Amino acid sequence: MADAIINGLGGLTVGFQMLAVDWRNTVMLLVGFVLLYLGIKKDCEPLLLVPIGFGCILANIPLSDVMSQEGFIRALYDAGIATELFPLLIFVGIGAMTDFGPVLAQPSTFLLGAAGQFGIFLTLLLALALGFPQLDAVAIGIIGACDGPTAIYVTSKYAPHLLGAVSVAAYSYMSLVPILQPPIMRLLTTKVERETAMKPVAKPVSKTTKMLFPLVITILGGVIAPKGLPLLGTIMLGNLMRESGVVSRLTKASENEIANVVTLFLGLCIGATMVGSAFIKTQTLIILALGLVAICLDTVCGVLMGKVMRVMTGGKVNPLIGAAGISAFPMAARVVQREGAKWNKKSYLLMHAMGANAGGQVGSVIAAAVMLSVLAGMGIIR
Amino acid sequence: MDNFTFGITMLVCGMGGTILILWIMSLVMGFLGKLFPEKPAKKEA
Repeated sequence: MADAIINGLGGLTVGFQMLAVDWRNTVMLLVGFVLLYLGIKKDCEPLLLVPIGFGCILANIPLSDVMSQEGFIRALYDAGIATELFPLLIFVGIGAMTDFGPVLAQPSTFLLGAAGQFGIFLTLLLALALGFPQLDAVAIGIIGACDGPTAIYVTSKYAPHLLGAVSVAAYSYMSLVPILQPPIMRLLTTKVERETAMKPVAKPVSKTTKMLFPLVITILGGVIAPKGLPLLGTIMLGNLMRESGVVSRLTKASENEIANVVTLFLGLCIGATMVGSAFIKTQTLIILALGLVAICLDTVCGVLMGKVMRVMTGGKVNPLIGAAGISAFPMAARVVQREGAKWNKKSYLLMHAMGANAGGQVGSVIAAAVMLSVLAGMGIIR
Repeated sequence: MDNFTFGITMLVCGMGGTILILWIMSLVMGFLGKLFPEKPAKKEA
């Protein structure tokens, strides 16, 4: 009987023994706590970092079976990540939440949204130079889209072993945009450029134009880059529902209930992929560093495009708005407004920056779609 | 395919394709904006 009791007690202490055997689980438990701290105390993307942090803790408790074949997070992962369903459902919600009016009021700002995607491709080159396999480099580059669902969609499809690192990098750096962008904006512009006040956007956009936009972009983008049609189609479906105004129940469900439930499941799944043995590698640190580089390069290229537009318009454009040509919506636009107001209190750049920012939202999806179609064209993916 | 060829192809076709689509989008949406301008709200009699 004593043996049975000792064995029984052994069953209660085996978890502690395992923690002592593999230090990586302990480190990842701490990482989970850091993510929770950032989400709860620092308000950094809490909707994602809280479930990601908790998922990370769940997966790194020794002998945890949440990601085993019968585990509940594995069931969610297989149903929503392996099938790419979760990021696509999130996209319906994003489309339903986003007003593309500012970019439609001044369509030239689509080009700022394009420039803000340069970081994706330049980082891809850097990742290749550092020896990453080609599809891994694609997944790392996509962090530069500054768009969590796009990064998750591409990575889960072509480099699922990098999902944890890429997702954490994408969401963490997105929340750091207010810290990362201003020094780059100041470095690349002159005082005169920063002080430029732009004329207010006076042109209103008709409802017909707003409704045609999702249809045009789905058909045009889908014909040119069909591999990205799921991404384009879902965001534009959400936007068409919003602009049509006739399916308000579906629109509200997409931007609230569906997006909330999927965000919870998505975060848990991503966190659960961050198991110590797979996550603690030099490679992860390099991916995090490359993600940072990607977002900085996006800002650099966006501001440079802003400078080009300034020259072409005879000095009417404040190049700071180029920094908003990324997908972090509407955070990047607010950063531009704040920075512009610092240098000229009469400068009101918000609506112009919102145009660039909405262009960046579309641009990141288009860039991913184009990337996938080019890969398919080269025969690297099917 | 070697990494150099792959990277340059992705940069040229990927970034080029992105700029091309968004440039066409800006033209199309600019045209549609002119074709369907916002009508001023009718004043009540």
